[in-house]
Amino acid sequence: MDFVSGLRCRECGRGYPAEALHVCDYCFGPLEVTYDYDRVADTITRERIASGPRSIWRYADLLPVSDSAPVDLGAGFTPLVRADRLAAELGLGELWIKDDTANPTGSFKDRVVSVALTKARQLGFKIAACASTGNLANSVAAHAARAGMDSIVLIPHDLEMAKVTMTSVYGGRVISVEGSYDDVNRLCAELTSEQPTWAFVNVNLRTYYAEGSKTLAFEVAEQLGWRTPDHVVVPIGSGSQLTKVDKGFKELWKVGLLDEEPSVRVSGAQAEGCSPVATAFAEGTDVIRPVKPNTIAKSLAIGNPADGWYALEAIRKSGGSCASVTDAEVIEGIRLLARTEGIFAETAGGVTIATLAKLAAEGVIRRDELVVAMVTGHGLKTVEALTGSVGPTATIAPTLEAFAEAMGDIHQRENEQPARSIR
Amino acid sequence: MSVKVRIPTQLRTLSGGAGEVTVEGSTVGEVLKALDAAHEGFAGRLFDDAGGLRRFVNIFVADEDVRFLDGLNTPVSDGQTLSIVPAVAGG
Repeated sequence: MDFVSGLRCRECGRGYPAEALHVCDYCFGPLEVTYDYDRVADTITRERIASGPRSIWRYADLLPVSDSAPVDLGAGFTPLVRADRLAAELGLGELWIKDDTANPTGSFKDRVVSVALTKARQLGFKIAACASTGNLANSVAAHAARAGMDSIVLIPHDLEMAKVTMTSVYGGRVISVEGSYDDVNRLCAELTSEQPTWAFVNVNLRTYYAEGSKTLAFEVAEQLGWRTPDHVVVPIGSGSQLTKVDKGFKELWKVGLLDEEPSVRVSGAQAEGCSPVATAFAEGTDVIRPVKPNTIAKSLAIGNPADGWYALEAIRKSGGSCASVTDAEVIEGIRLLARTEGIFAETAGGVTIATLAKLAAEGVIRRDELVVAMVTGHGLKTVEALTGSVGPTATIAPTLEAFAEAMGDIHQRENEQPARSIR
Repeated sequence: MSVKVRIPTQLRTLSGGAGEVTVEGSTVGEVLKALDAAHEGFAGRLFDDAGGLRRFVNIFVADEDVRFLDGLNTPVSDGQTLSIVPAVAGG
């Protein structure tokens, strides 16, 4: 049994039933799931959560759908890794990495898709669909296969090879669109009106889908021993994840799972080639001007972010910040995380780590804060980004002499090179 | 100029269920006004009190967001398609 009381427009407050609706009929504002928090509070306990599955479904009481057998590949409950070596490089104190590369299809999208398709199946949908920058495509195709649903996934034509393969392998239909993600998204928004029997997870099921990202906050708090961090760094594509992480911490307090009211500064990370939210933050305006993206961080390349305004609001209200980093810094961020902590992130993770470094260097993220950085996708998805940046140390003939010679050269080179640093 | 306007599900109650309506106009603003004249109620849904487009309404002319063009003053030519699309999608 779920605790959903209905849907409500975030803008004008009009109420709707818990069906496949995502937009207010009157003002086009986004619909948000509402819960009966008193009833959740009466039911939920730390022990009840601890005895649940090691997945997002341990938090089912705070999710918008309940099912004894959800559409599930095991999303969530990913490692929260103490990152002392990275912290030392950045001059930070207690730093943790939420390693969401460990999800079944390698990104946080498994959280939202598991929720969306469980709800879609409950509502009677047989076809799963989405507009995707790649990670969502992987996850929708995989979860649809798992659920025995057909899938129709629309992606921009210039995605990384791995993301295309990792979507196509599951046997659904993959439509490569000659345009940007924003073009694909517009097409899907229009298709939703023409194909009402398709569950577009991030269009008509978006209200439910987005709620899945709250589990990032739930897990971080539980894994820290039911404490909340002082500061989290979250990448921004559409802005949905950041908004829901902020909401997640607040909900834990609302239903009585925390000893102290949380005060979590939420900071956003964008790539400079697609930074409409960071730009609005820097300019101090409420207006998010759409942009034409140009960055290697394709999973964040959303020029017209649906939740940009709400992300900005969450950042400002929480006392967080928002910054953008260059593609070169993104690559350095990926390498820094890999060499200090052994975690290989995709470009979006590079954006997060590089932004973390930047905000730490500026003193915005402080040494006395407990900091969590969300690393949301696996590096194997975007290996192209590192072409020319990493590779074999030497290529040699299979002889002892050649090896000794190469190692001699390497020694010499390493002695000449200054210490590497991202700043 | 005769322009085809694509109507999203949320507004089809106003257009008698039609997903496409053809109206006259030479700019986006004129087309939307003509749409409201033909099917009363559109203006209230699309525009805020100051007369601008609501925050969550996207308008596309020939598949380009009018915010990259000239907003409500964006010219439209005969036979073009204008799409009204809810902004909240994706990501």
